[in-house]
Order: sequence, then C-alpha cells, then structure tokens
Amino acid sequence: MKPVYLDNNATTRVDPQVLGAMLPYFSEQFGNASSMHSFGASVGPALKTARQQVQALLGAAFDHEIIFTSGGTESDNTAILSALESQTGRHEVVTSAVEHPAVLSLCDYLEKHRGIKVHRIPVDSMGRLDIEAYRKALGPRTAIVSIMWANNETGTLFPVDGLAELAHAAGALFHTDAVQAVGKIPMDLKSTEIDMLSLSGHKLHGPKGVGALYVRRGVRFRPLLRGGHQERARRAGTENVPAIIGLGAASEMALAHMAEENTRVKQLRDRLEKTILERIPHCFVTGDPDDRLPNTSNIAFEYIEGEAILLLLNQAGIAASSGSACTSGSLEPSHVLRAMKVPYTAAHGATRFSLSRDNDDADIDQVISVLPGIIERLRQLSPFWESRGSTQAFAPAYA
Amino acid sequence: MWDYSEKVKEHFFNPRNAGVLEEADGVGDVGAISCGDALRLMIKVDPSTEIITAAKFQTFGCGSAIASSSALTEMIIGKTIAEAMVITNQDIADFLGGLPPEKMHCSVMGYEALRAAVANYRGEAWVDDHEEGTLLCKCFGIDDAMVERTVRANALTSIEQVTYYTKAGGSCSTCIEGIEEVLTRVNRAMVEEGLLEPGLAFGKSASKPMAQIKPLPVVKPVTHLPKAGISPLAPTGKAAQPQMTTLQKIRLIEQAIEELRPILRQDGGDCELVDVEGDKVMVRLSGACVGCQMASVTVQGVQERLISKLGHPLRVIPISATH
Repeated sequence: MKPVYLDNNATTRVDPQVLGAMLPYFSEQFGNASSMHSFGASVGPALKTARQQVQALLGAAFDHEIIFTSGGTESDNTAILSALESQTGRHEVVTSAVEHPAVLSLCDYLEKHRGIKVHRIPVDSMGRLDIEAYRKALGPRTAIVSIMWANNETGTLFPVDGLAELAHAAGALFHTDAVQAVGKIPMDLKSTEIDMLSLSGHKLHGPKGVGALYVRRGVRFRPLLRGGHQERARRAGTENVPAIIGLGAASEMALAHMAEENTRVKQLRDRLEKTILERIPHCFVTGDPDDRLPNTSNIAFEYIEGEAILLLLNQAGIAASSGSACTSGSLEPSHVLRAMKVPYTAAHGATRFSLSRDNDDADIDQVISVLPGIIERLRQLSPFWESRGSTQAFAPAYA
Repeated sequence: MWDYSEKVKEHFFNPRNAGVLEEADGVGDVGAISCGDALRLMIKVDPSTEIITAAKFQTFGCGSAIASSSALTEMIIGKTIAEAMVITNQDIADFLGGLPPEKMHCSVMGYEALRAAVANYRGEAWVDDHEEGTLLCKCFGIDDAMVERTVRANALTSIEQVTYYTKAGGSCSTCIEGIEEVLTRVNRAMVEEGLLEPGLAFGKSASKPMAQIKPLPVVKPVTHLPKAGISPLAPTGKAAQPQMTTLQKIRLIEQAIEELRPILRQDGGDCELVDVEGDKVMVRLSGACVGCQMASVTVQGVQERLISKLGHPLRVIPISATH
C-alpha cells in the first residue's frame, strides 16, 4: 500500500525538479560566489535568479529585499532582534498567544533576560485575534509587532494587511512569520505595509536548512550574524548555494501551482473533513472554518489522546500530526488549542491533517476507511468515553 | 517519533486486559486529563489469600501509557497484594524493555493506580500529593510545589539534593534551570525567615565544584512541617502498616541493602548502611558508584526498594566516603 503523507505543515517532500536544479551546485558549480575565478562564475547569477524567484512568489517590489537565511527560525529571530536594536526608545514587542515557538520562545527570553515588555494578544475559540486587545497593546513604546500569517496547527489566517497598517499608525514595525502561508496563498507584499516576513524552504517542497527574510526597502536593519559581506552584509556567512537554488526553484513551482493549491488540494481537504465529521461522533474542526489555509484540517477527537491516534494511523500507513502533549515531549497540550480554550478532553485528541499537491483522492479514501475504526478502538479503552455526560464522571485522584 | 521498545509497541497495539472489570473489588483512578494521562485500574481480590485474581484497565493516554497499563495488569494478576505492592515504576518500565525518559511518568501512573486500587479495596482513602503547581520535572512528574515543600522540609541547598529527595532532574536534566529557580527563591525566603544560614543558601555556594558541596549540611530541623510529601512515590494515604520496632526496621533495611549489593557489585559499585535516624537512612556508596553520573538514580532505586519493603516513606541519603 502506498504510504499516505498528510503532514505537510511539518515538512514537505523535495520536488524532484527542485532537487534537479540543486544537484549541479554540489558538483560542477561548487565555487564560492565571492571568488574571482570561473569555479564560482555561474553561482552569483544563479543566486540572483533564486532571489528573483522568491521575490515573485512574495510579490515584493525589489529582489534585494530578500535575505537568504538558514530557515524560518533564523528569520524570525533576526527580524525581532533587529527591530529592537534599531528602534531606540522602543522596548516593547506585540505578538500573539498562538505564535510558533521560534517567536514565542524568543519573546519569553527577551522578557526574562532583557527586560523587554511582551504583549501576547489572545485569540477567540475559533483562533481569531482579539483586535481590540491588539489596538490597546500598540503604543509609542512598541518596537515591533510579530504576528503570524497562518497558524501552523489550525491553519487559521490572521488579517496581516490590516494589522500592519495599525502597527504603522503606532509607529511600530510589522513582521509576520509566514512560514505556513508562503506558497499556499497568493501574496503581493508591495501592496501591503508589511515590513518583514519570514519563510522557510522545506514547507514548500524545497530543501531543509534554508529560508528567507523579506525586509522592505528603507526599513532599518541590524544583522543577527556579523562577518563577511554576503547578503549585503545583512547575513554573514558563505551562501548555502545548493539550498538557495532549491528555494528559488521551489518558489517558482509554488507560484505555478498556486491555483491548484486553492482548488484541487482544498477540495481534497474539504472532502476529508466533511466525511470525518459525518462518520465520527464527538469530533469538531478547530480554527476558523472560513479564513483558513486551503491544505490544513485540525480535528479534535474527544475523550482520546492524539499520540495513540497517530501510532495507529502510522500502522495503517498514514502520517498525520498532533498537538497533543505526548507527541511534543512537553506534557501540556498545544499552546494554540489552549489559547483557543479548547477543552482538555478534546485538545489532547486534536489531530492535524495537512495536505499538499502530492496528495490525491486515493489518499483521502484510505484515511476515511481506517480512521473511524481507530477512533472507536481508542474510545473503548478510554475511561472518559464511558462516563461522558454522566453524573458519575470519571474523576481521577489528582484531576 | 518516540523510540519505543518492541515490547511497548506490542502492548500498545495488543493491550492485555483492556476494558471494564465487572464487580471489581478495588478501583483506582489516577492521572488527570489536563496532563494527558489518566488510568482506571480495576482489580478482583480473593479475600482469603489476598491474591489478585483479575485486573483490567481503561486508559486515556499515549502509546506508552496504554502499554504501561497493560504491562501492570500482567504483572499483578496472580500475585498477592503484598507481592504486587513491591512492584516499582521502574519494574514496569523494565518489563516493557524500558521507556523513553520523558515517558517514565506513564509507569509512575501505573504504580500509583495500583496503590489507589488497593486502598479502595481496603476501604481507605488514597491521597496523592502531586499536581498542585506547575510541572517541573517531566520525567518523574514532579511539580514545583512538591520541590518547594521538600526543599523547605529538609533545608535542601543544592540541585543534587533536590534530585536525591524528589527525583526531579534525575533523568533528562532539562528542568535543572527550573529547579535552580525554585531553590533560589525558597532558600532566599528561608534565609529571611531565619530557617537557613545565609552562607548555605543556594547560589552562594554555586561557584564551588559539585564534589565540595556536602550532601547534607547541618541545619536547623524544621519540625512543624508534615512528613508527607518527602518521596514522590510514597503512598501518603493511611496505609495499614503494623508498628515496627526500630530494631525490626533496621534489620529490614539491612536485609534490603544486602539484597541490592550483588547487583551493584556487578557494575563495580557497592553500597553499605551507615546509620538510620528516624526516617532517614544514611548509606555510603563506594567503588564505581563514587562519581558515577547515575549515582542519584541508584540512590532512588535503593530508596524505592526500601519504601516498598517497609511500606513506609523514608529517605535514603548518600554520605560521601570522605566525610
């Protein structure tokens, strides 16, 4: 049986065409772009092409607004630290409660060790940002707003265009972690007020270990890494040439497949979701059903635990993901679902199916054929299932 | 993906004794849905022999929680209650060919469920003292309230001591920084309250090499605090224990340590009993145990063994050879 991969928000398969574009830069074209000889002769122009390919995907005005980095985490760290360093007199960060750890852990650190005030804007039960709280948090001391474009767990989209305008009205810079959004929804940064944007190669069928930070022309910038003059001295270190070429090729392909992502892939997602909701009792979709990535479906199955679901799905050849406590190694369920106040009995059983253009109808059929049995089997094992809704509910000793 | 042993996977995919046990004589419910784990253990006991004739479980939890529950039922069926109560969480983990350190709490849950079910069978209340505060040590399920209480009750002033007393930090050690925070905060408060010499407080001596920190600095005994909560694994409910004389107790401890020594010697180490003072058991680790990074785990093992043998909470304190 063909394995079914539905964990594309975690990482994607490198497209064979992307790999093909990368390979020469490991062998024949191994030179350093900075060298004055022919071994690196084609590298400089190839990097420029890659930059233009990323620029086109983002709808950026200039190719030099793209800085290549090692990935989403580096881009996020660079953006936030740069803004705090370059904006004298502003020492506050505004972010959301549901950001990726690449932003939240940095904010926790800055708050604890650097005396930076961090505002974490809450979300409602559908994962939508509390705009009033956001407005109130902005002020003359706000250095930067960092709010994700799309949530990695639920796929919920934040209205980053409008949020950027509000940030500018308060004189703050606006950064968005768009790692999950880039390549899945159309973008035109030049027509927005977004100052900085992070993206990652391996989420769009490119290689791991490469990403980019978009920095709008004219925005004050301080590099995270100092050293050589690479990336106009905004990110020192010899370029990861094959990976950057791969990111460029992946960006071009993502742009070409954008319509498909929002039609065929979305229809697959919708069919999967609809069938699960029809056939399995006591489950619901988390996140905003309307403003959502076309490829993501996060479904909370009540009274059971996510890791057990994943292990049984894996046995059936299906790869999905969970925000449950046990898969992450932390004991708390997903901070995203907790911020949305999803009840514990459901948050632990939340399972994320994230599709890509690699998926087809047969994949969805396979999930639909095994999932109801898996959920039923685990519920029979669960002490909470039997006593659900009863007055003599299961109440363990230290609940 | 967790690195589960084949046996864990086998017990997860084919759990033994899953489901409801009709007319159970004892039911133990432990865990909490907020932690992602909960277990109901149901047992049938033959009243004349106290043999556990049947056991079934229902578990809400991850793969290793379900596997640990399944393993527990296999381990206790056919044993007397007294025999079953000797089983430690480490025994459950060993039965399964080991558990990832982050998942050790699954075996602790099994250990506790058995105690809760036995207490229920005997008509006693089983009181657990975890989960009041923020979880600090994920491996052993120790929260900050537990660490704070133990630090106060025993005037602990080093990370090593906290690990010896509570297990926290004894496995993956990612919570060391969190333990440092609790230690710093509680020691500072204790100094302010006059319960601790300022020079002994954690942080003052942090620059000293670990080896120079005495395992147990002499401090004012704190008598007004309850003894409960000293060991995370000690049952704190009113377990029916016959009163033992001090001599009987020391003999039992001696016997338990003698049983352990051959195991330690296999690894080139050794352990001898130095003194017993109330519920404190002083031991001297020697040979390969000295300076071994796993020494704290060994001490925990000795402590668990003694607790199950005596059915009474106590602390095992390692005395270094030079003092």
